[in-house]
Amino acid sequence: MEVNFLKIKVGSIIFYSVMTVLSITMIYPFIWGVTASFKTTAQLYNGNPFNLIPNPITTYNYERVVELLPFGRFVLNSLFLSTFVPVLQIILASMAAYSFARLNFKGKNIIFLMLLGTMMIPGHVTLIPNFIIMRILHWIDKYEALIVPSLVSGGNIFNIFFLRQYFLSIPKDLEAAAIIDGCSRFRVFLNIILPNAKPALATVAILSFNRKWNEFLWPMIVMNTYEKMPIQVGLQYLKGSVNTNWGIVLAGSTIAILPTIIIFLVFQKYFIRTVVNTGLGGQ
Amino acid sequence: MSLLNRENSRVTTTTPRLSGKIHISLKKQETITGWLFILPILIGFLVFVAGSVIYSLVISLTKWDLLTPPVFIGIQNYIRVFKDESFWQCMYNTVYFVIGLVPSVLILSMLTAIAINQKVNKLTSFFKVSFYIPNITSTIAVSMIWLWILNPTNGLINTLLHLIGITNTPMWLQSVVWAKPALIIMRIWQMCGYYMIMFLAGLQTIPETLYEAAEVDGARKWQKYRYITVPMLSNTTFFVTIMLIIEAFNIFEAIFVMTEGRPAGSTNTLLYYIYYNGFQYYRMGYASALAWILFAILFVLTLIQFRLRRKKEQQ
Repeated sequence: MEVNFLKIKVGSIIFYSVMTVLSITMIYPFIWGVTASFKTTAQLYNGNPFNLIPNPITTYNYERVVELLPFGRFVLNSLFLSTFVPVLQIILASMAAYSFARLNFKGKNIIFLMLLGTMMIPGHVTLIPNFIIMRILHWIDKYEALIVPSLVSGGNIFNIFFLRQYFLSIPKDLEAAAIIDGCSRFRVFLNIILPNAKPALATVAILSFNRKWNEFLWPMIVMNTYEKMPIQVGLQYLKGSVNTNWGIVLAGSTIAILPTIIIFLVFQKYFIRTVVNTGLGGQ
Repeated sequence: MSLLNRENSRVTTTTPRLSGKIHISLKKQETITGWLFILPILIGFLVFVAGSVIYSLVISLTKWDLLTPPVFIGIQNYIRVFKDESFWQCMYNTVYFVIGLVPSVLILSMLTAIAINQKVNKLTSFFKVSFYIPNITSTIAVSMIWLWILNPTNGLINTLLHLIGITNTPMWLQSVVWAKPALIIMRIWQMCGYYMIMFLAGLQTIPETLYEAAEVDGARKWQKYRYITVPMLSNTTFFVTIMLIIEAFNIFEAIFVMTEGRPAGSTNTLLYYIYYNGFQYYRMGYASALAWILFAILFVLTLIQFRLRRKKEQQ
């Protein structure tokens, strides 16, 4: 019995130490990067990687970031896009999801299958034609280009499936009772389905925020002026082609990463639950 | 009046749903609402997805630099793809990424999932969260940090290697030999938390009774893993494998920030090559043809994955 107990204890110690080392490996680059962004250039280049504490603490790198590029604008642009676009996405996705989950009409299944097919088309096929469509619409370098196509992007199609799945789980009796009382379908959607789907809507909102905040390739292609760029696109200009000042790069990266980490730490169960339920997560 | 109407036509309802309480005049309302609710998505879909896909096919049959009008050249772009050395180099690099990424992410995420699944407490949820963080953060910003980590002179990895006595440290991203492994290490770090969660989900579906039965039969711990856990995870494993292969084809942002396909094209990927042809050289037709070939490859992979997902859902 005692031997067994010892065995379990040794096993536990091994387990916790291995997992701790792995966990630290996962978050160390962030800690390293964030702390380094408060270091002076001299400390940054000469210090050893285990010397995490900036001494002295300097905000010089952050001041330079704002000086070099309109970084405040980048952050504002990204904040605007990652809140406004998800709101629009959710409105359209939940309407479509309700329609697919609860309403019966001719052609519904074909359209649903068509959208399902869309999820199989990687964004890269539509990259070039959509860029040309943006040119035709004169949307190059305009926010329309970052807003409108997102509403039917793979991300939002995923939102439709996710919400549809959830709407299907809301008891039909609730809806039937309202309809017998003379409630229109629109009011059923607004007053019964949406309030009952708050957890699903929250999940979709958080994932969509994250997706939009991290979006890179498309905005990089369609936006030209610094003042209109979202943060991920603006960030890469900190990387000089000849001489990169790492303190400045890390300060910018910290700003670009921080909101997603905060949101993840607060709402992590939503992220993890989505992967568990659908295997798609924030991708 | 409307109540009266409803009463009358209830008799004519052919397929009463919801125990006959839904009325036929509501049927029309249902159709109208249904269409109105999907209309915005449908219009967007027809323009930016369906229209775009067809447009892409048309563009791929042309030579077009955006400045002069497109010239129809038939399937010449596609023929050119197969003669293009850079294309084959991209394919080779992708195969390299697949071989480097798939087994390591698979093993690491499965092992950590099994380990975490054994104990449920505050610490294990901390492990879960810290593993997942690299996945949710922006690849662009993370790539910038990794540029610094992989920096040959005072980067984190080389400093560590020096500490354990390795003096001949690699040049990482500057080296033809080490650039791909460097990117693979970074992607493993970034992705394995995500797949760990998927394996955790898979582990939850294994019925406890199987282990209990094995215990009665006197199975050892590792035998239980070998003969129950691993085989029962085979669906998830296959699913994850396909997702990882697709992932290997889709590496872009890390390449964009960290190597731009260099050195000597050793980290070039098809997606980066499409971007390069389209938006650096303005070869719209050729880039579209490349995109279609990438699409064809990914389509086959995704089809397998969807099949599998459906099978998984039916269980």
